[in-house]
Amino acid sequence: MRVADVVHVAGRALLRNKMRSFLTALGIIIGVGAVIATVAIGEGARARVEQAFSSMGTNVLIVSSGAKTSGGVKAGAGTLPTLTWDDMRAIREVTDVRYVAPRVHATVQIVAEDRNWSTAVNGTTPEMFDIRNWPAQRGSLLTTNQVDAGAKTVVLGATVARALFGASTDPTGQTVRIANVPFQVVGVAAAKGQSAGGNDYDDVAFIPVTTFLAKIQGGLQKFIPGTILVEVTNDDVTVAVGERVSALLRDRHGIVDGGDDDFSIKNLTETASRKEESTEALTLLLASIAGVSLLVGGIGIMNIMLVSVTERTREIGVRMAVGAKPRHVRLQFLAEAVALALAGGVIGVGAGTLAAERLATHFGWPMLVRPGVIAVAVGFSAAVGICFGLYPAHKASRLDPIQALRYE
Amino acid sequence: MSTPTGSPLIRIADVVKTYIMGDVAVEALRGVNIDIDAGAFVAIMGPSGSGKSTLLNILGCFDRPSSGRYLLDGDEVSALDANALAETRNRTLGFVFQSFNLLTRTTALENVELPLVYAGMPPRVRRARAIAALERVGLGDRLRHHPSQLSGGQQQRVAIARALVNQPRVVLADEPTGNLDSRASAEMMALLATLSGEGITIVLVTHDAEVAAHARRVIVVRDGMVQEDRDGDGVGARRAS
Repeated sequence: MRVADVVHVAGRALLRNKMRSFLTALGIIIGVGAVIATVAIGEGARARVEQAFSSMGTNVLIVSSGAKTSGGVKAGAGTLPTLTWDDMRAIREVTDVRYVAPRVHATVQIVAEDRNWSTAVNGTTPEMFDIRNWPAQRGSLLTTNQVDAGAKTVVLGATVARALFGASTDPTGQTVRIANVPFQVVGVAAAKGQSAGGNDYDDVAFIPVTTFLAKIQGGLQKFIPGTILVEVTNDDVTVAVGERVSALLRDRHGIVDGGDDDFSIKNLTETASRKEESTEALTLLLASIAGVSLLVGGIGIMNIMLVSVTERTREIGVRMAVGAKPRHVRLQFLAEAVALALAGGVIGVGAGTLAAERLATHFGWPMLVRPGVIAVAVGFSAAVGICFGLYPAHKASRLDPIQALRYE
Repeated sequence: MSTPTGSPLIRIADVVKTYIMGDVAVEALRGVNIDIDAGAFVAIMGPSGSGKSTLLNILGCFDRPSSGRYLLDGDEVSALDANALAETRNRTLGFVFQSFNLLTRTTALENVELPLVYAGMPPRVRRARAIAALERVGLGDRLRHHPSQLSGGQQQRVAIARALVNQPRVVLADEPTGNLDSRASAEMMALLATLSGEGITIVLVTHDAEVAAHARRVIVVRDGMVQEDRDGDGVGARRAS
């Protein structure tokens, strides 16, 4: 028997009972659709988390000074300045480190002509903008020359620029007073939006770190009264670089084995991956529930195939009488079950993708239906067809032609 | 024809068929011996329960004898498995049933093509052969009709076309006129007689003496044994011979 004939016979049998075939396939449609939609939504949620973290830089380490201890009470990280400018220069030489930037900050009032605004003024270097993937929206960012010269230049965050100059005015070239010192606005940083915690990333201003130390908040010459941001070359080495930096600092600070660090290194990737893990677990849970519905769909196929075998006993008898071998009959019914499941799978992929698209648009998530997921879903539905079609097909092939012919 | 002259197309020798019904063994056939030559037109008669259906099942390769031999066209059939039996049915035999047994909602042409589908024949060849078979039984203008659109007599002729399409050595007809009115029955028997005249071996199973009278040879089965084996009146067959 030719393959084309098997397909033809199966297709015709299914089309003969269109409504029944559709309802049977519906179980698979819903199952596959649910799998596609839940996985897509899960991926979308994960991509959103990733996006949120990459706006801060997932391959970033934050090195802070140690905590001050007074009378057994430990203050928070950074309360005891232990990191030095030399430490920072040394970190720059560590393998796989791409950028290093200091960050010192204070909340200061900024005054424009007729408005004022209190914000976090950060003293830093141009590398900070690279680390945080932060381009300029207007004008330019800080330059190395400005840092070296201790120039009185400032880059405003989008929120600050709006608060001082309004949304329509370009503040570039204007003068603002920060802690009563006049600064020239050289640019406005691109808007980053809010953090997951509700903090406004754009409520900020940046000035050269040298200027900050000289004019805003002085410190000891040798120490950095803030943190060091380190960007590594790629996500995979973040942890390794963290360990290298830790070893370097312990060595430089002369900490003996077993002694506590007088600094701390935070890794944004860790937080990000924890969030991702929880999203992944949720996706897995939803997908397995969807998978169960696929199994239920398979049982529906088996059920209807058994009914079909009984209904068509006489047809099976006729086919066997004129020369159909048991395997021809088995193949025929198996082909019908697989065709049902596959059709359900393909329609389910379409329905699931559509549903995922709708939800993604609704929540403003990125839409992610990967070809791999589609392939797995279609393959799985074919497998369901084979598994649940096997028994009815076997039953059909075992019929005695004489009894089948006499079946009423 | 591969059968050597002198050896019969069908040889049933000492065939016994025993069914186990619960604890009781029922002997449906108790040592049957029949030889049928190529080109014969044989009617097998007998009342219900005589074992003639069992004999037909064995002749039709649906069932195997419990003991004894069945040689069909020189091949020992009694030892074949389900696949080989299916193949024998497909290649060597053609069937006509009392209740026609056509596939519903399937055209006459496709019904006739069915044996060739399982023979693995390419669509164009089998289409041509099915059309030829339908023309042979006078249904060349009913190719696209479904069984429900055909009369009983026409349906049975489609069944005969299906039985002939694979050019079998033997056509087995089980009460072919049982569901037909007298006029269609007469036409049917005339058709069978014509086919017999063309050299096709026909084995007809019936309980109707009038139908059996068309055959050239009548075998009467009773209580699982051949009771009588005589020449028939063979109205049509006599004309052919």
